[in-house]
Amino acid sequence: MGRKLLLEHAGVEGIRYYDAYRKKGGYASVEKALKMTPEAIVEEVKKSGLRGRGGAGFPTGLKWSFIAKPEGVPRHLVCNADESEPGTFKDRYLMEFIPHLLIEGLIVSSFALGSNTTYIYIRGEYAWIPDILEQAIAEAKVNGWLGKNILGSGFDCEIYVQRGAGAYICGEETALIESLEGKRGNPRIKPPFPAIKGLWDRPTVVNNVETLTAIVPVINLGGEEYAKIGVGRSTGTKLISACGNINKPGVYEIDMTISVEEFIFSDEYCGGMANGKKLKACIPGGSSVPILPANLLLKTAKGETRYMNYESLSDGGFATGSMMGSGGFVVLDEDQCVVKHTYTIARFYRHESCGQCSPCREGTGWMEKILKNIDTGKGKMSDIDLLWDIQGKIEGNTICPLGDAAAWPVAAAIRHFRDEFEWHVRNPEECLRRNFGLAHYADPLEAVA
Amino acid sequence: MAEEKKLFKVTIDNITVEVEPGTTILNAARQIGGEVTPPAMCYYSKLKGSGGKCRTCLVEVAAGSTADPRPMPKLVASCRTTVMDGMIVKNITSDRVLEAREGVVEFLLINHPLDCPICDQAGECDLQDLSYSHGTEGTRFEFQKRTFIKHNLGPYIQLHMTRCILCYRCVYVADQLTSKRVHGILDRGDRAEIATYIEKALDNDFIGNVIDVCPVGALTDRTFRFKNRVWFTKPVKAHRNCSKCCGKVHAWLRGDEILRVTGRKDQWGEVEDWICNECRFEKKNLTDWEIEGPADINRHSVISQGHYSGKIGTTKPTETFPNIMNGRQPKLLMDIHSVSEVNPPDLNLAAIPGPAHSGDFEEKKEISDKQ
Amino acid sequence: MEFSEEKLKKVSEIIARYPEGKQKSALLPVLHLAQEQFGWLSVETMDYVAALLSLEPVEVYEVATFYSMYNLEPVGKYLFEVCQTGPCMINGSDDIIAYIGERLGITPGETTADGLFTLKTVECLGACGYAPMMQLGKHYREHLTKDKVDAIIEECRNNAAANN
Ligand SMILES: Cc1cc2nc3c(=O)[nH]c(=O)nc-3n(C[C@H](O)[C@H](O)[C@H](O)COP(=O)(O)O)c2cc1C
Ligand code: SF4
Ligand code: SF4
Ligand code: FES
Ligand code: FES
Repeated sequence: MGRKLLLEHAGVEGIRYYDAYRKKGGYASVEKALKMTPEAIVEEVKKSGLRGRGGAGFPTGLKWSFIAKPEGVPRHLVCNADESEPGTFKDRYLMEFIPHLLIEGLIVSSFALGSNTTYIYIRGEYAWIPDILEQAIAEAKVNGWLGKNILGSGFDCEIYVQRGAGAYICGEETALIESLEGKRGNPRIKPPFPAIKGLWDRPTVVNNVETLTAIVPVINLGGEEYAKIGVGRSTGTKLISACGNINKPGVYEIDMTISVEEFIFSDEYCGGMANGKKLKACIPGGSSVPILPANLLLKTAKGETRYMNYESLSDGGFATGSMMGSGGFVVLDEDQCVVKHTYTIARFYRHESCGQCSPCREGTGWMEKILKNIDTGKGKMSDIDLLWDIQGKIEGNTICPLGDAAAWPVAAAIRHFRDEFEWHVRNPEECLRRNFGLAHYADPLEAVA
Repeated sequence: MAEEKKLFKVTIDNITVEVEPGTTILNAARQIGGEVTPPAMCYYSKLKGSGGKCRTCLVEVAAGSTADPRPMPKLVASCRTTVMDGMIVKNITSDRVLEAREGVVEFLLINHPLDCPICDQAGECDLQDLSYSHGTEGTRFEFQKRTFIKHNLGPYIQLHMTRCILCYRCVYVADQLTSKRVHGILDRGDRAEIATYIEKALDNDFIGNVIDVCPVGALTDRTFRFKNRVWFTKPVKAHRNCSKCCGKVHAWLRGDEILRVTGRKDQWGEVEDWICNECRFEKKNLTDWEIEGPADINRHSVISQGHYSGKIGTTKPTETFPNIMNGRQPKLLMDIHSVSEVNPPDLNLAAIPGPAHSGDFEEKKEISDKQ
Repeated sequence: MEFSEEKLKKVSEIIARYPEGKQKSALLPVLHLAQEQFGWLSVETMDYVAALLSLEPVEVYEVATFYSMYNLEPVGKYLFEVCQTGPCMINGSDDIIAYIGERLGITPGETTADGLFTLKTVECLGACGYAPMMQLGKHYREHLTKDKVDAIIEECRNNAAANN
């Protein structure tokens, strides 16, 4: 059994409420942290090697050290609970079942950053979760963990929950800030970065829910101890939300030393493929990361075992690797159509583009239309190259990474499954009746046996 | 005396200039001028916060600064990136830039109606210019274009949203020059549009400036009399004593008639000074104005090239495009420009799937002839 | 057209979360409150919200049209928002959408003649592990099957009957 830092007490009766949470050692990190200096906390976080869990994997301690501290200007911590990347539903689990863990992490982090007013920006569709969080906040306040002069430290802190209203783009940190200011979720053009000018032009740090909950074990264990868990620059534990054609979809906490094969096939995690089907492909880190065919998923191009960590998942770059991303792990079995799946993902990004910059606004719509044609047997061979060209002209040329996020899945699908696209073009009628199937993506497990 | 301010050296396409710290790459390039200046469709130096959106001004930063000479991994929007001392920038000397820009132009055009023959902006349209200089031949977009209904935003301004490239300039004008903004960007993604949501007039002393800032023919002057092609009109510098604005304008004449009034544009197509609605829309008599003399239209666009000799309004341009474009063959829109009569206003180009070709006009004309 | 006393109190509470003069930040939450009370956001409602927060009406329209959760047209009493993105699609969301449509006699985007049901397809709602799924009011209905859809429709009808 891997080590659990976040979900250790997830099964405890009543853990959603303060008493049970406190009994299991909750809020110890606040007691410890408020006796430290904010700088010392940032140091611990740096030592822990904790990387942002929102998708980009940027070192959290380093990010915190960038926050500007102009005299007399308030600073803010904002928790990114917008979680909308298809395949990702881990933050929801944390907030729904162990809300106090997030509140605890937020108090420590707010102290470290000097944020007296901290906001949780949660996607609007998670409409029932603000109640849970607000109850946890109220409980924390009654028990002296929030409000004025917390534990006699002189530190004041309030946490508020703000609901979004349906826009994936508000997960991008500057769009989130705009939205929190009551505006359209248009990402800002950087620089300036939020650490200098963020919410209401004040220095702001935006962190993912999971990142902020991980601050709790970082402080409790100490940065160095935390860094010993995991491997290399993938320290600590990571939540993976697994879905698709597996036996046990759900949220799993892994220590990043396990292999992809173990994650999919062991009973501790996904429990293998559903209905005895064969593994065809997987998107290991949320819909924006490259899809990998089974053979490249379980083993790298060099033939080495692929592990569930930042480095190993990206081994091979985009040519033969993928990314850890947000930890949204989508498994496709032999019956699934990669073209259709890619089409739904393209439709998603088109739907979610804010429309500010031309390559993303126009390119996402164009890709969706072409993919729909190919999927429904109306495509041409040249459409495949056209798609490739369009994604290449979006990638890297946009204001925010949503453009890249829309381009990568299309590129990877063509790169690894081109014959499936061609089959659709060549068999316009048959492709309406059946899927391409596994074809030559030989099941690597079978090949071994 | 204060010490002389340190200037930053920046090299763009092998040409070095010294600029004030805080200058953007685009403005540094404008100081050099000519071909090394990236095209800008959304940036407008007089509108705070503008730029960064259209991505036509992307450039490659080959070296960040003398202190940190690493290249920037991605192309950057030159209008929103400030120079560093020792920065090396590649614009037209970078294949990556040219390719990306070609992509951007294509993106801007896929849903654009290409209805230049019936568009008031034709001849002074930044998108038209851009597609000549940076576009590719033909289109690869084989779907129905996005269309919107035309709206009159009050008595002065017409909105033809289908042509809009969402540069946001008109929104900044309303925010920064008027006390009350009534139009804005509605919806999102490729459904986004400029609109008022409910039918409302744009009514404010300075709102007419949205027409001047609009890089395309999405916002046009309803009082532009006779809907003449701009290249048949003659711009003159004119001024009057105005209590609201500078009163310095370009008056566009045909014969002795003022067909329209606009702000005076500089070589980058930006107005030198904002003008008020009264000057723009209500002063259409020669007696309203003090005429200073011919205006220099200092742009690389069709109107400046199309400068004709002879009496205004009587001669049709005789120049061929390769002629006025220094031998370059325009790749796009050529056929709908070659003859100015092909302007049947009843033709809805947006309804034609794919690009409009001359055949579309001729066919249509035949049909209407038969009727 | 006005908020209830209780809602107005809530509005002041929300505004108090932000610094002086930053009441625009309350726009998204207040639009949610408005939609809760009125079911959808009419021009009248949006203008009311604008006045409440000292904003120009267009600022409210811009925001209300940006976010997909605000209904700019009346919807049925029960809004079925079924996810159709990749992870749900590979778990059969297309069949569920078709089935709901068949049961209610409408296609996505339509409302039943009795004004009870609206069917809408939406993109990923963050419940991919519990697919196929839909949002109904404040909550999610997950692991949908035809039987479950039948039961949910039944539940709504009973609920509507009980509340009339
Ligand atoms: C289009 C887009 C969507 C994003 N969505 C989310 C999201 O839903 N949740 C999240 O935590 N980060 C999201 N991010 C990443 C954030 O911009 C930001 O990097 C993150 O919140 C930083 O937190 P971290 O350092 O703790 O990961 C998104 C980024 C982009 C470009
Ligand atoms: S890349 Fe897309 S989502 Fe990001 S700013 Fe541009 S249009 Fe908006
Ligand atoms: S109407 Fe014109 S100025 Fe306004 S956003 Fe569109 S193109 Fe720009
Ligand atoms: S002019 Fe720079 S992005 Fe538009
Ligand atoms: S794909 Fe349907 S909830 Fe994520």
